[in-house]
Amino acid sequence: MSAWWAVLGGAAACYLLKLAGLSVPAAVLDRPRVRAVADRLPVALLAGLVAVQVFGGDQRVLLDARAAGLLAALVLLLARAPFLVVVIGSAVTAAVLRQLGLMT
Amino acid sequence: MTGPLPDQAHDAHRRVVRDSLGVAVATGLYGASFGAVSVASGLDVVQTCALSLLMFTGASQFALVGVLGSGGSAVTGALTAALLGTRNTLYGLRLAPLLAWRGPRRLAAAHLVIDESTAMSITRPTRALARTGFLTTGVGVFVLWNLFTLLGAVGGSVMGDPRTYGLDAAVGGAFLALLWPRLQDAHGRRLGLAAAAVALLVVPLVPSGLPVLVAGSVALLAGVLHGRRAPA
Repeated sequence: MSAWWAVLGGAAACYLLKLAGLSVPAAVLDRPRVRAVADRLPVALLAGLVAVQVFGGDQRVLLDARAAGLLAALVLLLARAPFLVVVIGSAVTAAVLRQLGLMT
Repeated sequence: MTGPLPDQAHDAHRRVVRDSLGVAVATGLYGASFGAVSVASGLDVVQTCALSLLMFTGASQFALVGVLGSGGSAVTGALTAALLGTRNTLYGLRLAPLLAWRGPRRLAAAHLVIDESTAMSITRPTRALARTGFLTTGVGVFVLWNLFTLLGAVGGSVMGDPRTYGLDAAVGGAFLALLWPRLQDAHGRRLGLAAAAVALLVVPLVPSGLPVLVAGSVALLAGVLHGRRAPA
């Protein structure tokens, strides 16, 4: 049930944020400081998400096959691989290492 | 200034449609990875499809299922998604004078304001081409993103333990790929590393989901400091 609250609440918030951009006069939000924060927010949030998804455990930091998956993603991105290849590459790397019993 | 000849205008229109459809196909396909990742994070197929239909902004969707999957609360999940969605507000500010839609059309268009539809319209020289780019990309991505979300979610839910297939690792890879364009300059890399480090530092200290929001506060700090240094 709680997941539904997140889905519906998050969706409503995201829609209103989109509509706000199309509706409010540009001067209201288009201030340097607001822009500076809004411009940096996705970078910080996504970086935080990468860290927590890959190294986060139950309230502790873990090093497991997910880290190898991230390393694979990094290599693929440096080689300019497209999005899907990067995602599949990190999954396959972790899956193979687990299958071989090399990492958990 | 005279307008372009009808033939040229027609060609330009066709080019915009073709490019937009290409972007729509490429983006829509990875709806499958969202679908699979979402069910791997514990959402069911209906919730997963509802997210793609109603939220329809990829990074926020990935973030929401990521936070819920790591045990975060509904509030932190929704808040993280909303914070990532703020960039769509900035896109809207740029698009509003270009598209110039009012009333119900604006309400409908708002749902289609995403990275790709913005990118395919803001560079167009005329309003007609901007609208064509926006609508073709927006509607194209919407249809395919939702279709592939469903396929990915159904596929993911019949496969069993997602860890066997490394789907938990795929989430990190997906986030890194979304972040990648912003890591091409030193500012982005410094900010990203600082935010990641802060998130991991607070992992043992605060409930699940919150470390990501704490990482977001690094952007707040960096942005405010920047604004102070360089007032307009």
